[in-house]
Parts: sequence; C-alpha cells; structure tokens
Amino acid sequence: MADIATHDTDHATDHGHHSSTGLSNNKLAMWLFLGSECLLFGGLISTYMLYRGRVQNGPHPSQIYDIPFTSVSSFVLLMSSLTMVLAVSSAHRKDDSKTNLWLLITGLLGATFVGGQVYEFTTFYREGLGFTTSLFSSSFYSLTGFHGVHVSVGVIMLMSLMGIIKKGKITGDKAEVVELIGLYWHFVDVVWIIIFTLVYLIPS
Amino acid sequence: MSTNELTLTPGNALDVAKGKLVVAPTQSLGVVRRPVNTTGWREWLFTVDHKKLGIMYGTVAFVFFIVGGVEALFIRLQLALPDGRILSADKYNQMFTMHATTMIFLFAMPMAAAFANYFLPLQIGARDVAFPRLNALSFWLFLTGGLILNASWFLGGAADGGWFMYAPNSGPVFSPTNGVDFWILGLQIAGIASLIGSINLIVTVLNMRAPGMTLMKMPVFTWMILVVQFLLVFSLPVITVALVLLMFQRSYGATFFDVSQGADPLLWQHLFWIFGHPEVYVLILPAFGIISEVLPTFSRKPLFGYPFVVFSGASIGLVGFGVWAHHMFASGLGPVSVAVFSMATMAIAIPTGVKIFNWLLTMWGGKIWYSAAMKFAIGLVILFTIGGLSGVTHAVAPSDTQQTDTYYIVAHFHYVLFGGMVFGLFSGFYYWWPKVFGKMLNEKLGSWNFWFMVIGMNLTFGPMHILGLQGQPRRMYVWTEARAGEGFFNLGFWNMVSSIGSFILAVGVLFFIINVIKTTRNPERAPLDPWDARTLEWITTSPPKVHNFDRIPVVHHLDEFFHRKYEEDEATHTMKQVATGEELVRAEEAAADADIHMPGPSYWPLLLSIGVGILGMGVIYGTPIMVVGALVVLFSSYGWVLEPSVPDAIDFDTPSTDGHTKEITPVG
Repeated sequence: MADIATHDTDHATDHGHHSSTGLSNNKLAMWLFLGSECLLFGGLISTYMLYRGRVQNGPHPSQIYDIPFTSVSSFVLLMSSLTMVLAVSSAHRKDDSKTNLWLLITGLLGATFVGGQVYEFTTFYREGLGFTTSLFSSSFYSLTGFHGVHVSVGVIMLMSLMGIIKKGKITGDKAEVVELIGLYWHFVDVVWIIIFTLVYLIPS
Repeated sequence: MSTNELTLTPGNALDVAKGKLVVAPTQSLGVVRRPVNTTGWREWLFTVDHKKLGIMYGTVAFVFFIVGGVEALFIRLQLALPDGRILSADKYNQMFTMHATTMIFLFAMPMAAAFANYFLPLQIGARDVAFPRLNALSFWLFLTGGLILNASWFLGGAADGGWFMYAPNSGPVFSPTNGVDFWILGLQIAGIASLIGSINLIVTVLNMRAPGMTLMKMPVFTWMILVVQFLLVFSLPVITVALVLLMFQRSYGATFFDVSQGADPLLWQHLFWIFGHPEVYVLILPAFGIISEVLPTFSRKPLFGYPFVVFSGASIGLVGFGVWAHHMFASGLGPVSVAVFSMATMAIAIPTGVKIFNWLLTMWGGKIWYSAAMKFAIGLVILFTIGGLSGVTHAVAPSDTQQTDTYYIVAHFHYVLFGGMVFGLFSGFYYWWPKVFGKMLNEKLGSWNFWFMVIGMNLTFGPMHILGLQGQPRRMYVWTEARAGEGFFNLGFWNMVSSIGSFILAVGVLFFIINVIKTTRNPERAPLDPWDARTLEWITTSPPKVHNFDRIPVVHHLDEFFHRKYEEDEATHTMKQVATGEELVRAEEAAADADIHMPGPSYWPLLLSIGVGILGMGVIYGTPIMVVGALVVLFSSYGWVLEPSVPDAIDFDTPSTDGHTKEITPVG
C-alpha cells in the first residue's frame, strides 16, 4: 500500500513550509519505505537460504535451474534500470515525449522479465516442483514470487505514470514523481542482483 | 475537463443566496467529487486532520482497552479458585491469546499513535503531518485490522496460540480453526497501518519542524516517538514475512513450518522475536516520552540532562534490535549465542537506568505539584523500575531457564507494560485532556483513579512473582489444589489475591470513564495554560484550530513556550515571569498568517481500507471475494493518485475580509 506514497505529491508541505532536511517529503518517505523493504526481502532471503537444500520430495535446485535463461532475463531487467535513468533525465529536461518513450521501454523490459518468470515457473511446475512440494520449493516460489509482484507493481506504476503525464494530470513536480518511481525500480533491480546471486549462482 | 467553473446546485444555492461564494468541489477520477465537509459525520469519516484522527485513534484504542480488560478479568476469574470452570481449556487459550493481542496491537500501539498523531505536529510547530491522507489510511487500516481480529470470536472462535503464535503449533495441524487465519490477516493489515504511520511521522519530524527547532530542541516526547517509528519501520517487515509464510502454509499448503518436511521449528521464533523485542520498546518509549513532559512541568524544573534522556532513548532503540534471542534461552541456542544475548540484554538496563535517574533528578528540589498526571508519572517511575529489575533477572540465562513460562514472566511484563506503559498513557490523558478537549479532567476523581489502579495493579501482578517462583506455569487453564503448597507460598491464597486485585484495577479504570463522562458534561472551559507548561502545543488555543497555529512559531530554545513566559533575572539568576500563557496565545492570534491552505478531506483512505479488508477476508473465504477486494483497492488507488491532496483554491471561501486566516468551510 505504501507504494501509493510515490504518487502522493503533497501540497500541504510545499506551500509555505520549508523542509528541514532539504529532501522533499516524498523522497524521504520513499527512502524509508525502501529501507523497510530491505528487511522484508532480508527475511524472505534468510528463509530461502535456510531451506534451499531441504528437499524431501521433488527436484533439487541444481536439477531444474536454467542458468543461461535466467541470466538473459536478469540482463533484461538490469537494462531496464538504464532506460529508467534515461526517463528520469528526460523528465528533468522537461521533455515529456522522450520521458514517456523511455518509461514505455522500461515497462516493456520489466514486463519481459515478468513474462520470463511466468515461463520459468511453468516449466518448473511441469518438472514436478509445485509450491507445496518441499521446503525448497515453498521458499523459492515465495521469494522470487514476491520479487515478481514487486516488478509487476512497478510496471503498473510506470504505465499509469505514462497515462497521467499524457493527460497532463500530474500534481506537483513531474520530474520528482518520475524519479521516485525510478528509485523504487532501481531498488527492485538491486534486490534481483542479490536474489540471482544467492538463489541461482551459488550452488546449494 | 474543466472543473473550476462555478456551479450552482440545490445544496449550495442557499449559501450563494446569502452572498457567500460557494463552488462545487473539484472532481477527481471523473465520477467522484472530493468531499469538503467539515461538519457532521462526514467530518470524521473523510477527515485527514491529524487532530481528529488522533481522537479517533484514542477512542477506538480505548474501546479495545476495555475489550482486552474484560478478557483479562475472565482469565483471573478462571484462576481465582482451583479447577476453575468459568472457561473451557479451549476458550481459555483464546482468551489469553486475544487479551495479549488486543492489548498490544489494538490498545497500546494505537493509543501511542493517538498521542503521536495529535501532539507530534503540535510539538514541532507544524500544521499537519507530512502525508495527511496516508495518516487517515493508517487509522482506517488499523480499525479494519482490529475488526478482523475480533470478528473471529463470532466466526468460529478466536486465535488460540498465544500472542507470539509459535509455529508449528499455529500450523493447520494443531490449530485447525480459522481463528489463527483471522489473527494473521488482522495483524498484517494493522502492520501495514503502522508501517505507513511510521514513515509518515518520521518524515514529519525530520522535514516539518518549525524554523529554529533543531533536533536537540525537540521535546522529548517527539524524540521518543521518532525513535519508535524507526523501530517500527525496520521491525514490522520482519513480522510481515513471518505472517506471510504462516498464511501461505495455512491457506495455500506451503511447507515452511512443516516439521515432517524437515522444517526448522525455530524459524518462526527468530522472525517473530526480531520484531517482537523492538516491539517491547515500541510500547514503552512513548510512555517514557509522555512522562518526560509531565515530570518537568509538574516539578517546575527543566528536564534534568535532556541530551542524556534523548540519547539513552535512542540507544535503547538501537540495542533493542540485538537482544531478541533472550526470549529463546530455553530453546537450546548454544552457549555462545546465549552469552551474547544475555550480555546485550543486561546492557539495555544501562540507558534505562540513566533515564530513571534523570527523572528522579528532575523531581529533586523541584516544587512538586501532585496532580493526577504527576501521580501517574511517578507511578510509572516506581513500577517500571520494579519491572525492569525483574527483567534483569531474566537476562541472566541460568535464572531465566528456571523462570521461562512461569507466572514470574507474567509478573515482569505486566509491571513494565501496565505499571510502565499504561501509567504513562494515563498520565498523558490527564496532562493533555485540557489541550485536546478544552476541559479539565476532575482531579479528585483522578486521584481515586490513580490509587485504585496502583493498588489494584500491585495486588494483581505482585503475587505473580511468588506464583511464578513457586512454579505455576503460564497459559495453564487450571491449577490444582493438590500441588498448591502450604503456608505463605500457598498458590490458592496468592491466586485469590491476584484475582481480587484485578477487579480493584477494573474499578480504577471505571473511575476514569466516570471522570470522562463528568468532564464532558461540565460546561466549564479549561484555562489556556493550566499546568504552566513548557512546549509548543500550548502556544495555541485549546482545542487547537484546524490549522494548529495562527502563526508558525520561530523557535529559539528547548522548551520554547516556557522561555517565552519566563526570562532569567540577571541579578538573582532566577526565572521571572514576563508573560502568561494566555497572553502569548492571544499575541499569536493577533499576528495570524493570512490564507492558510489545509489539505482537503478525502474518500479514498476509507475506501482503500475497506478494499484491503475485503481482500483479507478473501484469503479465508475464497478467491472471488479476493478479486472484489482487489478491484476496490485498485479503484481507490487510482482515485487517490488522481486527487490533488489540496483542494483547488476555488474550493475554499474567499479570504476573510479582516485579513486573517481562512479555514476550510463546508461548501458542498
């Protein structure tokens, strides 16, 4: 729910009130939210690390991971951080059409990643790894699924942002709103780097 | 679409006829107009005013205090005599689980949120919190969570696994009813509420202080609330993970706590207590903050060692993250872990002791005014110290393994939480009541309130030390005569004393309720500065106006309000009064800012919370309900985003003719 804070450009504070830190309220709130998210993923990652080798039924991690495939989708997600940066920089230059173009590309890259994850989950399921199969499977699907939901929420925010910019309905500082969603987006990418390393690359 | 046109509707025609400029509020989302009412029930339902939300938090939290209190009385009735028959074993389990859950999550935290919401912006000289609509969302989500938790009583029985809800015991095999599901969902939603609230308050404190108010000029209450919000931001996600894992296991068949699959039974305990121990400080620090305001005011002295009180509060918060495993000494963590956590736990006694000595030295040599607020504050200092000392005995691991799961533990945490936190909150009620409602609570009834509570509390929880050291286990629904022991240590005698004490305690709370009713009926207004107070919330009217301050105060001192009233006499080095509080308030009114814009009310926080509630129910009652909830959430999120947080200027009155402030007036 707190994602909504990203859109909440708040006039009560812009009007006639200084900000003691120099950071805007929205940005400070976003950083705090992301700080909190670190512990959310921290808890999920810890659970996965505890359970990754505990397989009584079904396939073992090493039997099903398709590293080349996941590497490609990780690359796609990381590239979306680059396009997000370009979107923020266009927004700072007040170039609406460029901003929207880069936001679109970012959203498409994110959607590609989510599509890849759906494909991966389906394949794993066909190979016998259901959500309830083993401790490993439950913690794997929870961790990567939580991340996938975060990316999906990000994609929805990017698309909504494009719509709002197009209709000129944005309240407050446009570049800052783009930047806030960018912060969220980069965070989700960074978390994926950690997940990719710990889950896929380090053998259990 | 053009929305700023003047429209005439039957509703506002009369006002227009009276010559008042009235316009329709801006549309948001094309279909729904934002509410701008500031009267009637809509005023409360759609408000984003931190003061109204504070009062709503306080009212709801107090109702839950009564609910949790009645649950406690049932527990004591059951245990008053051997082989009690008031409750079945199953109902007893539900009773103690819901007593603790209600008191912690639905009374203590929201009551602290009530004080924080109301006074934090006032103490830092701000007109509202940083995100007023998110503030409303926090409240409605908390209420949704509380209702879901308690709905379980009527929908197949409440949760019965203890407030810590240890898995695998709380898994589907051992807790087959829906009680635990309601508990999980209620707490997740209340957790989201707290998380949003904490981010909101941190941003408010860090960003919206009045000019001149540096961090080290902030009132201690504000400081303690700030520390608490940081604890919440970093501890709530951890319990959220635990709750989500348990939810996945119970509702969707995941294996996290399934020992037959090789699950680790300590996983839940670690996740829970990484949240659960900071939570203890989340509960107590607001009370510390309150009495750090009350003790100086009623001792007529500045707080002794302000920076020490602030930094010891912050270090309690910091070290509080590194002591969780002391709840798990009996689980066989191994000697190194036990030694480390034992040492860290003892270390927390140091900053706590610093605070207690600072409070004592604040009172030392002061002209003490034994008002009801002061009595409760002194009560806190004494009772918390007793509870803190028994806490140190738990920190010693060998002694703790003897005490684990006995009534000695129950005695300890009720001394710190009831004697500490609840007394602090009551101190706050008496101290700030005239500020919030403009009326003084009756001091005589306050005295009865205090003495019944302090005697009742000691009779209830004091004997539990003896019961526990004699080996009476917690959470057992009966005790038997055969093992009661003899003489001074007879369990029967002390159980009876404890049960009688709990009813004396209840009478004490009843005195408070009578006091509130009597005060509400009393037409007499409170003076503007009844206690000769020290901090900024008193530099405005009681109750404060919608915009809090007519003019944003410029701060030069810690205890700014006091320093505006008193100046030091160079010759004698004594403080000499140069102005009364009343005069200062009037001076502020005379120099009021023009054209203050306040955030407008909104439907979305309430609607979004209803959506989240439906979504949660869907986890228990099936996917179709979940889809409905998700649609409501999605709809209200977009409505929220597209709604400007401040109504357009045209939604307001024209500036008043005398050049003074304009407030939101009802226009639609």
